[in-house]
Amino acid sequence: MSASAIFVLDLKGKVLICRNYKGDVDMAEIDHFMSLLMQHEEDGLICPVMSHGNVHFMWIKHSNLYLVATTNKNSNASLVYSFLYKLVEVFTEYFKELEEESIQDNFVVVYELLDELMDFGFPQTTDSKILQEYITQEGAKLEVAKSKVPTTVTNAVSWRSEGIKYKKNEVFIDVIESINVLVNANGSVMSSDIVGSIKLKTMLSGMPELRLGLNDRVLFALTGRDKGKTVVMEDVKFHQCVRLSRFESDRTISFIPPDGESELMSYRINTHVKPLIWIESVIEKFSHSRVEIMVKAKGQFKKQSVANNVEVRVPVPSDADSPKFKTSTGHAKYVPEKNLVVWTIKSFPGGKEFLMRAHFGLPSVENEELEGKPPITVKFEIPYFTVSGIQVRYMKIIEKSGYQALPWVRYITQSGDYQLRTNDDAHRLSCDWPACDLSNVCKLLSETVQCGSHRANVFSNADKLSWSGLHLKITGRWKEWDRNLDDTVDPDEPHKAAR
Amino acid sequence: MQEWANHLCENRQFGSKMTDSKYFTTTKKGEIFELKAELNSDKKEKKKEAVKKVIASMTVGKDVSALFPDVVNCMQTDNLELKKLVYLYLMNYAKSQPDMAIMAVNTFVKDCEDPNPLIRALAVRTMGCIRVDKITEYLCEPLRKCLKDEDPYVRKTAAVCVAKLHDINAQLVEDQGFLDTLKDLISDSNPMVVANAVAALSEIAESHPNSNLMDLNPQTINKLLTALNECTEWGQIFILDCLANYTPRDDRESQSICERVTPRLSHANSAVVLSAVKVLMKFMEMLPKDLDYYGTLLKKLAPPLVTLLSAEPELQYVALRNINLIVQRRPEILKHEMKVFFVKYNDPIYVKLEKLDIMIRLASQANIAQVLAELKEYATEVDVDFVRKAVRAIGRCAIKVEQSAERCVSTLLDLIQTKVNYVVQEAIVVIKDIFRKYPNKYESVIATLCENLDSLDEPEARAAMIWIVGEYAERIDNADELLESFLEGFHDESTQVQLQLLTAIVKLFLKKPTETQELVQQVLSLATQDSDNPDLRDRGYIYWRLLSTDPVAAKEVVLAEKPLISEETDLIEPTLLEELICHIGTLASVYHKPPSAFVEGSRGVQHKRLPGSAGSGESESPDAGSAGGVSEAPPAVIPSQGDLLGDLLNLDLTPPTATGPPPPSSGMQMGAMDLLGGGLDSLMGDESEPPHIPPRTHTPQSPQLPHQSPSPPDYSPTELGGDLGGSPAMGSGFGGPPAAMPASFSAPVSGGLDDLFDLGGGVGMPMGAYSPPKTIWLPAMKAKGLEILGTFARRAGVIQMEMTLTNKAMSVMSDFAIQFNRNSFGLAPAGPLQVLTPLSPNQSIEVALPLNTVGPIMKMEPLNNLQVAVKNNIDVFYFSCQYPISMLFVEDGTMDRQVFLATWKDIPNDNEAQFQIKDCHLNSDAASNKLQGSNIFTIAKRTVEGQDMLYQSIKLTNGIWVLAELKVQAGNPNFMVSLKCRAPEVSQCVFQSYEAVLKN
Repeated sequence: MSASAIFVLDLKGKVLICRNYKGDVDMAEIDHFMSLLMQHEEDGLICPVMSHGNVHFMWIKHSNLYLVATTNKNSNASLVYSFLYKLVEVFTEYFKELEEESIQDNFVVVYELLDELMDFGFPQTTDSKILQEYITQEGAKLEVAKSKVPTTVTNAVSWRSEGIKYKKNEVFIDVIESINVLVNANGSVMSSDIVGSIKLKTMLSGMPELRLGLNDRVLFALTGRDKGKTVVMEDVKFHQCVRLSRFESDRTISFIPPDGESELMSYRINTHVKPLIWIESVIEKFSHSRVEIMVKAKGQFKKQSVANNVEVRVPVPSDADSPKFKTSTGHAKYVPEKNLVVWTIKSFPGGKEFLMRAHFGLPSVENEELEGKPPITVKFEIPYFTVSGIQVRYMKIIEKSGYQALPWVRYITQSGDYQLRTNDDAHRLSCDWPACDLSNVCKLLSETVQCGSHRANVFSNADKLSWSGLHLKITGRWKEWDRNLDDTVDPDEPHKAAR
Repeated sequence: MQEWANHLCENRQFGSKMTDSKYFTTTKKGEIFELKAELNSDKKEKKKEAVKKVIASMTVGKDVSALFPDVVNCMQTDNLELKKLVYLYLMNYAKSQPDMAIMAVNTFVKDCEDPNPLIRALAVRTMGCIRVDKITEYLCEPLRKCLKDEDPYVRKTAAVCVAKLHDINAQLVEDQGFLDTLKDLISDSNPMVVANAVAALSEIAESHPNSNLMDLNPQTINKLLTALNECTEWGQIFILDCLANYTPRDDRESQSICERVTPRLSHANSAVVLSAVKVLMKFMEMLPKDLDYYGTLLKKLAPPLVTLLSAEPELQYVALRNINLIVQRRPEILKHEMKVFFVKYNDPIYVKLEKLDIMIRLASQANIAQVLAELKEYATEVDVDFVRKAVRAIGRCAIKVEQSAERCVSTLLDLIQTKVNYVVQEAIVVIKDIFRKYPNKYESVIATLCENLDSLDEPEARAAMIWIVGEYAERIDNADELLESFLEGFHDESTQVQLQLLTAIVKLFLKKPTETQELVQQVLSLATQDSDNPDLRDRGYIYWRLLSTDPVAAKEVVLAEKPLISEETDLIEPTLLEELICHIGTLASVYHKPPSAFVEGSRGVQHKRLPGSAGSGESESPDAGSAGGVSEAPPAVIPSQGDLLGDLLNLDLTPPTATGPPPPSSGMQMGAMDLLGGGLDSLMGDESEPPHIPPRTHTPQSPQLPHQSPSPPDYSPTELGGDLGGSPAMGSGFGGPPAAMPASFSAPVSGGLDDLFDLGGGVGMPMGAYSPPKTIWLPAMKAKGLEILGTFARRAGVIQMEMTLTNKAMSVMSDFAIQFNRNSFGLAPAGPLQVLTPLSPNQSIEVALPLNTVGPIMKMEPLNNLQVAVKNNIDVFYFSCQYPISMLFVEDGTMDRQVFLATWKDIPNDNEAQFQIKDCHLNSDAASNKLQGSNIFTIAKRTVEGQDMLYQSIKLTNGIWVLAELKVQAGNPNFMVSLKCRAPEVSQCVFQSYEAVLKN
């Protein structure tokens, strides 16, 4: 049905650790893995499934490791990949980093985990918080901690243990929307969508029942309410804890949350989004002599909002040299190992326009290798704002002990897969760029001239919200949930006095 | 290893960390000896350290099997970590030291009794992994205990262990009755246990395809669907994959399962989503296309499929390979979703190529402009494989969407202008195909193509170019020169090019005989005399003889009009596609190959088919199977003389007539649709060729009755009409006069049909189970204003408690919940009471609460008494009600005739109870039909002196069988029922049900 054995290999293909679950595939078969992979790589046809005789390898790569599952049956491939990624998740939560060293340093725990995560090829308990209750890293604690199976393992609520206690009961809700945009070289938006994610940081005692209310149009239609702006979610995915059949029948999002941080749900909205940061570019390549790049960025969001940490990444030929930049705001850097110019703008108010100009030299001997046409990519975050207009209308928290709990909400919009294709067609000036008017350009460009001798930027991963940094900055603006505001929205609770 | 160890040594020298890695450092000589000493040390700590070192050595591939006895000696410990390590060691080395492995057995057996469930589970888990025959014998007893363990953690581990044991010694598992225990675990109260039991059973069933282990019936399906809501994501996948193997009996069951599976589409785990898609894609086949729900389902499938494209790349790849299948089977699902398949710069190559494939499949007149713009963009990328495929895709678009052909050709010409070698070659190959689709339309581009002749170095492109030159020789002035230039290196060309050149020159000769005689002689002699390739030689000789004997004939042959190539050349063959749809999410769906093509030992295994297609289903569907069984021995063949026992014996002695046509009066006790499906399908199976059904026009779901006038009550005439209209092939197969059928089959078929009409038209028989009218269970005055009316019903195999809640108080009621006291048959709510909105004063609400029978059991008086507690925001109220026991009659209650006979004899006569049913004005057939609706199955009938005797069987949810003999005398309104059952206390209740069913 699933995997016969699981292997963790280093980059050379040496087995670091493995577990044979079913014994129907010769463990020595793994020796073929590396040569197969290299063969595929040579042919330019890398594929996540490879076979050698009757044995099929399904693999993923994580940092300097390959995680490989073997089978000789018609396995459920999607289950195997999901499981391999789950493995990465569990190991990462156990060891902080999953890499060659952490496997070696913790091989006893790795064996224990492999034993508990999967049995005879069937994935079992894979929730690392629950696993940590009975598979601990410090041998000393073992005797006490491991004497009993946590009932959570086999409970219907397999993601939360009983008896959790907090002095102050709070839930933090992060609504994060990522914008995916693909813009063609001629400036037309080929595809755009919003992928939203609602993340929880739950610090609640006991076994609380939570109910989350959003301004979901389907829900409002169901309950016959028409109150303000609603949002149509094309597709919604929920954490294991959410009662799916309940949602299917009446769109109620009800759940017992996992403790600590978790992603409660994600959704996809297919509406046509106006790209929040619009980029127009002219990349002129004069072979054997130079490349001239002009980029205009425009904030197409409301004036009150500000986009933070904006990075516009413009591709340059790999053989470019002697960079020179001019920017009307922010600063630009050349990152030669990625063949990019990175233009950083710390704070980008809505409705504003900025310009960047770059100049590179090209060697007189042309690069033989054909280069692709990487797109311009943009990264940004806009706090206190969601593109879709989604809102948390209420969060009900009911626990049998009857404590009062505070929900906090925070919204942010950020770039997802944000790509604008470029026209590197030499000498074809884009005529739809009015700002090309030189006097205008000169006015806009400040005196900033930077050279590429700067150290390469280490890009922060904008996908991951750094809670600590941002938290501090906006703590003052945390808005406590006003319970009276929207109480009428909740269909299930007519008499709130009961609480 | 050495490297690693050294590296770790360094680490230690610098004192950087004290982690497990230190165990890898002892690589000196005499290590084994040292370890041996340490393992036998008295100090616990030292022992543990030593075992860790052993495991470390094992991990890096060193042979430490010599330490076997010493390690096993450490096994008896109360340190769990140490125990686990020793177990790990055992798993690895037991096979190489089977004799010594026995030493471990005692500890295993002891550990299986340990008070700590973790240790019990660990022991049973590990024992199953030790694949040594001698050990397995000792495993049986501990395993049996663990399967019944009080802790679900142990039970779920033991369930998997049965599959492990079965893999080692299947016979042993069967002899020990573990399979039955495993089946029982499907009804376990813990969802994790259910999931693992399902997984284990599926695994066993897969390796023993004929074992008929997973005899899925509506009742088990219901249990699985209930567990689906509660178990882990992995458990959900096991259950969904198992559900996908089930064939629902009719469209209603199919729909009800679909409804309960669709919520899974919102699960965050992509694998859960794909498994749910598999179930839905399969069961959807059974839904009539004009059903509203069918449309709803189609709409629900698209968003989750699109969302799969945001998963990790490997999962995206699996999803895309499956979407490729889904798009071929049901193009309507994703027809508006073209954009999401546009390729992103940073997609891995395998994702890019798959997206491209799907883009072509979705291309249509509506979106072709956009698609072409994208393809052109891709064709200027640098990744050679991707670019080639993009160019090829442009050609495929031209062939697929006629209106776009011109635009495609001009795009291709643009690309040829780039002079990028492989782009040009690929373009020429596809232009050849375009010429074959639209002859004499785009020849103007030939000149441009010819300019690039010299740059072609790949055989396929050269062959394509030569084909074009030959085909249009009359329009190319210097065709002879062009072809001659190829001829110079004839022997260095690949076969493909040689063959093409030969044909092209012959064509040229036939078109321009005067100038090219020399050329053709040259190529013929090259092909026939100087070549070792038999194909080339043969073709050369054929041309030569044709040309020399009858040039006119040659012209007709060589220059014949060619059939146009079709757009669908790259589609997966329909039967394979059907099979692959049943394997969504698995490797088969990724490879686009049936499992038999890449899994050893799976040849001869039944290929999975979608339900509802002709000639399929009977081998998978237990229902269809039993339909066949019924038609083998219908009631009418019972001789009318002699005593019952003798009759039945006779019957059993006659060999099953599987190939014989069903006797005229077959299948009285089966559902009409079942009979149709099973009966006719098996007939069709007798013929050498099943009727061909066009893959796309229609999914036949029992439409085999084109000339039928009175339709079975299940189906509204319009539904049937729709189906029939869409099935021309079936219409011609069956709709014609019987004469069109082989003579031997026509009679039984029409006979069977006539019978059916009797069935359907005769009595207006209720198909569903009898459900009594609602009665007041809880009067308002006893419950602070809450009034409950209720009844019980069995719908599609699900027991339901149907209630009308009325608020007769002045205030709003909310927070309803329900609980049952323990009862005789373990009835329990299968879900919470769904009263979603508060009940305002004077408002009523209808609630249907699905029940299961896995709750706690306590014998009640009367037997069918049920004590219920209902809670609302005001108070808790108690009442009791009685359910008709017919709710508990299960769908698979047809007892094998022989078993019936044996059981009847076996049950002591003391257990027999006789009842009279008065004033029942039905004939025996009508009575039988009515009873069947409530799962009381007539399995034999005989007539003695004008008195019809019906022999009937009933199975209760808890597995109790009730056997009945119903005497019906024409003209006499009083029936006699004799009931025999091993648990005689149910007889009274059963009799009540008989009476209720027959009189309503």
